[in-house]
Amino acid sequence: MYRWDFNVVWQYWDLFMYGLWLTVVYTAGSIAFGVVIGLLTCAARLSGWKILIAIARVYQEIFRCTPLLVQLLWFYYAFPLLVGLSIDNRVAAMLTLSLYVGAFYAEIFRGGILSIDKGQREAAAAIGMSPWQSMTRIVMPQAIKRMLPAFINQSVIQFKNTSLVSVISVADLAYMAAVVNGQTYRPLESYTVMALLYIVVLVPLTQIADWIEKRLRVSD
Amino acid sequence: MADNTAGAGEALLEARKVRKSYGALDVLKGVDLSLGRGEVVALIGPSGSGKSTLIRCLNMLEVPTGGEVLFRGGKVGRKFRDAPGLTGFGTLRRHVGMVFQHFNLFPHKTVLENVTEGPIVVCKTPKAQAQELALDLLAQVGLADKRAAYPAHLSGGQKQRVAIARALAMRPEALLLDEVTSALDPELVGEVLAVIRRLADAGMTMAIVTHEMAFAADVADRVVFLDQGTIAVEGPPDETIRNPANERLKAFVSRFNN
Repeated sequence: MYRWDFNVVWQYWDLFMYGLWLTVVYTAGSIAFGVVIGLLTCAARLSGWKILIAIARVYQEIFRCTPLLVQLLWFYYAFPLLVGLSIDNRVAAMLTLSLYVGAFYAEIFRGGILSIDKGQREAAAAIGMSPWQSMTRIVMPQAIKRMLPAFINQSVIQFKNTSLVSVISVADLAYMAAVVNGQTYRPLESYTVMALLYIVVLVPLTQIADWIEKRLRVSD
Repeated sequence: MADNTAGAGEALLEARKVRKSYGALDVLKGVDLSLGRGEVVALIGPSGSGKSTLIRCLNMLEVPTGGEVLFRGGKVGRKFRDAPGLTGFGTLRRHVGMVFQHFNLFPHKTVLENVTEGPIVVCKTPKAQAQELALDLLAQVGLADKRAAYPAHLSGGQKQRVAIARALAMRPEALLLDEVTSALDPELVGEVLAVIRRLADAGMTMAIVTHEMAFAADVADRVVFLDQGTIAVEGPPDETIRNPANERLKAFVSRFNN
């Protein structure tokens, strides 16, 4: 029977904490960039300009229909050859994660905005609001409420997706777990600690998300 | 404007040869309609006759495919902003309010916020002043006690009265009412019609698309019967709804009299 021994592994707690911190940084950074990319892509899709719509769609299809793992490898190894620049693996990781999540966010934003009844925009227009005022004061506040569950869901997935950056040797929580395993030859314990750390961060976050969602429902 | 002829000088809002097509479908086939200050015009007609499209052209929620809309005798352009010699949609809509069949209240805002939104955001009225005006208007439609409620908690009749207050908060020169009682339960129609009647009595300029024939005959100065995208009959209630000479109008009106 296997004898679990977490003490050996836990001696490297500082590595785990550092890894967790890096994972949080990559997640937060890629979510922030992803929201900007997603908003721009969504605006392009809804702009009515055929060229912008086509560019946005091509971008979305490429990033939604290829595995993130493949994208990471491609951006680290192939993209630098294409543009003739060497790219730091951390930059490649952040870039890929942001572009990946942005493609999904754009679809979430677009769905949320399109789900708002046309009558809302007409009512806003009828009291003299400009299209911008109508979008920011009437459509978006309602759309955000509807987008929120899907947005949070995608962001939780993003937190876990960052574990893939270790394939291009970017340090994060999964990478650190591998390092600890290399030091201790205790793979089961190393990866169990890693799994628990993901859970410890994400479960409270999903709870907070539920609470925010409920608070936003006061007008229903 | 220079092209403002003497005869049309009285008109606040006017449609000239307005056409509207959706692809091959011609909904309006060159309609002339004028709305004088203080005048109440009822638009009636079978569904698909173009009456809602016409009223929506008057505040450019539908942009006509052909013809012109004139506000205070000046041409309305095709853009939100004013341009030299052309009134923009923004200016037009600030002065011409609209109430919709399905209310279209803002569900994320309270009743009071629904009414103050236009004055605060569009007219830059100070908040306290906008609230004072809104409370006054809500009292006029009998809903001052609902000011903190969200639209989801109101009945259809209450929602429509809030929508009227929201339109009035812009202090419009004219109101466009698009089948405002058609989505209401029959027992709630009366409370909304009562509010509209008071507005008419107070001299508000209105274009009313309605299926309430008795109400139209009662409140309107002029009745316009649209049929297949053109104005088939136009005249005072006594010569139209009460005593139709035109065969199609007679057939249409008789359907409401039993």
